[in-house]
Amino acid sequence: MSRYILRRLIAMPFLVLGIVTIAFLITTVTKGDPLTAIVAEQQMSNPEVVAAAKARWGLDRPLPERYMIYLGNLLSGDLGTSFITKRNVGTDILYRLPATLELVFAAMIFGTTLGIVLGVLAAYFRNSLIDHGARLFALFGSSLPVFWSGLGLLFIFSVMLNWLPGPGRVDARLALPPGITGFLTIDSLLAGDWTVFKDALWHLLLPAFVLGWTVSGTISRLVRANMLDVMSREFVLTARAKGASEARVVIVHALRNTMVPTLTVIGYSFAYLITGAVLTETIFSWPGMGSYAVEAARALDFPAIIGVTIVGGLAFLVTNLITDILYVVANPRVRLS
Amino acid sequence: MSAQISTAPPGAVDKAGKGEPLLSIRGLRVGFRRAGSHFEAVRGIDLDVAKGEVVGIVGESGSGKSVGMLAALGLTSKNAVVTGSVRFNGDELVGKPSREMRKIRGARIAMIFQDPLSSLNPVMTVGAQIAEAVRLHQRVTRKQAMARAVELLHLVAIPQPERRVNQYPHEFSGGMRQRAVIAMAVANDPDLLIADEPTTALDVTVQAQILAVLRSLQERLGLGLVLITHDLGVVAGHADRVAVVYSGRVVEQAGVSELFADPRHPYTRGLIASIPNLEESRERLFSIDGSPPALGRLPGGCAFHPRCIYAEARCRTEDPPLHDIGGRFSACHFATTLPPFHSASLAAAELDSGSMAP
Repeated sequence: MSRYILRRLIAMPFLVLGIVTIAFLITTVTKGDPLTAIVAEQQMSNPEVVAAAKARWGLDRPLPERYMIYLGNLLSGDLGTSFITKRNVGTDILYRLPATLELVFAAMIFGTTLGIVLGVLAAYFRNSLIDHGARLFALFGSSLPVFWSGLGLLFIFSVMLNWLPGPGRVDARLALPPGITGFLTIDSLLAGDWTVFKDALWHLLLPAFVLGWTVSGTISRLVRANMLDVMSREFVLTARAKGASEARVVIVHALRNTMVPTLTVIGYSFAYLITGAVLTETIFSWPGMGSYAVEAARALDFPAIIGVTIVGGLAFLVTNLITDILYVVANPRVRLS
Repeated sequence: MSAQISTAPPGAVDKAGKGEPLLSIRGLRVGFRRAGSHFEAVRGIDLDVAKGEVVGIVGESGSGKSVGMLAALGLTSKNAVVTGSVRFNGDELVGKPSREMRKIRGARIAMIFQDPLSSLNPVMTVGAQIAEAVRLHQRVTRKQAMARAVELLHLVAIPQPERRVNQYPHEFSGGMRQRAVIAMAVANDPDLLIADEPTTALDVTVQAQILAVLRSLQERLGLGLVLITHDLGVVAGHADRVAVVYSGRVVEQAGVSELFADPRHPYTRGLIASIPNLEESRERLFSIDGSPPALGRLPGGCAFHPRCIYAEARCRTEDPPLHDIGGRFSACHFATTLPPFHSASLAAAELDSGSMAP
């Protein structure tokens, strides 16, 4: 088992290099001219300004050289400077990534809990009202576009009922606790600031639900199918014959066996949300990676685009690795090989 | 209405010689509702098991022998309708609340199943699964339960039980898994063990070992043992009494030696005649013509009559009840007038004409 994980770890740097290379090359094949983002429009006809800008940002050098410079900088932890914010891309991302992670973690808590509970209930009460209801809920979750469900829920719960706050991560009038983890909920708890904690949690609720809803559909369908398969296996009958209660049969015996395939989907969903939360972040004005990526793409801010792509790729790599490790833990049959 | 429930008590040989048998099944019926239609998989099983007795239940697959025992334990699926009576130690089990049934299952009555490959949970250690069985019915600590698991693995002759107890089912061979399943079943010293085709999925050499384990436990713990099987050889070697089941009903019930020496139901005769025999060379193996009726499409009269070489007009209209023919039971109109049994002659007669008057 440790050898398997060691192999995966050894492969990691090469995979990262691959991601960096592809991210870098993508920017060169796009038609857009990054100079439009750097140089003001009326100055574009001025060859001196253009040449100076090219030299300033290294755009006059040949591609291989630019690539090597970028790699060199990356090794020292420098992701380059954003054309737009003129700040280091790494700093920008470090500021925005926690916001996204906080949202995605919360969304995954909603998504997996809902998905597993609904999947188990739907399988156990197959073809009943619960099953059909769960199917409908899942169908809506995975097929309703986020900008529709997000806006709809925002309208209902924030505008009409006034139960939940509007977009944003926290009330702008509040003084924020020192950023330790970057997770507002955790930072405010660490600082003992209940007002900020409550406010951040209320703000988090709706976007996390909207995002979690999209993955809960996939998870509940998968859990349902696997539960149906597992519940018909003989060890379930054995557990009942032992005198185990139905709750015990379902949770201890059946559900644990469906966790192996489910983990893969949970891991994948997590990585997908980190890069896929763009629409939700835009609708809820969430200052995360998604909105950063949109701004960067709109402005052809190449360093930022590459930075976001690399972080997204890393998110996939890391979650995949964690998923694989958990997979081994959950499934004793692969533990030996 | 076809099948009638016999009122005669099928003769359980209560070895203790007192009172009610350990398990007493009367008129057990199991029906299933599926897509609006209703069909019966079990159409009236009568069976007694005395304390410490080994009873074989023989029948083809789909004859209802397993479903009947599952129903007795309340383990049939939600769409099953179970009627009749199952008394265990004088206590009625049919209609008992599931909470009460759970206290009996695994504690007083244990059941093991056909496929040892799938009857253990693949993501729990064997020890944890045995310990679970212990802790479901006894107030012991986790540690005590694991110690008991080691003890039980030792009891079923698994080598190095201290090491094996922490292994997962996939690290066990088929025979060892079935031993572990048996260990789990006897964890709470039950009074009755129901083994549903316990050796069918195993190699022949392993089959013998498993049966030996079951027998030695049965003798040592004084278990009542119900062996559900389609293998007459298993029954001949291990059972005290045999019930033969055909399309959801017991068609013959007798002591094992009586049954093999002088079967009093044509179906039993057919089963015995189709056992391969090394001593008598036959040109081909005997087999009963036709196939068992599909559930819900039973022929009128005796369910066996379309395949029976002794069938007469009466058999097509009148379903014979299981009746006493002198300390044993048969559900054949001609139970007492069937010709003397000789498996070779039956085969010969069948090959000659296929029609033979009783």
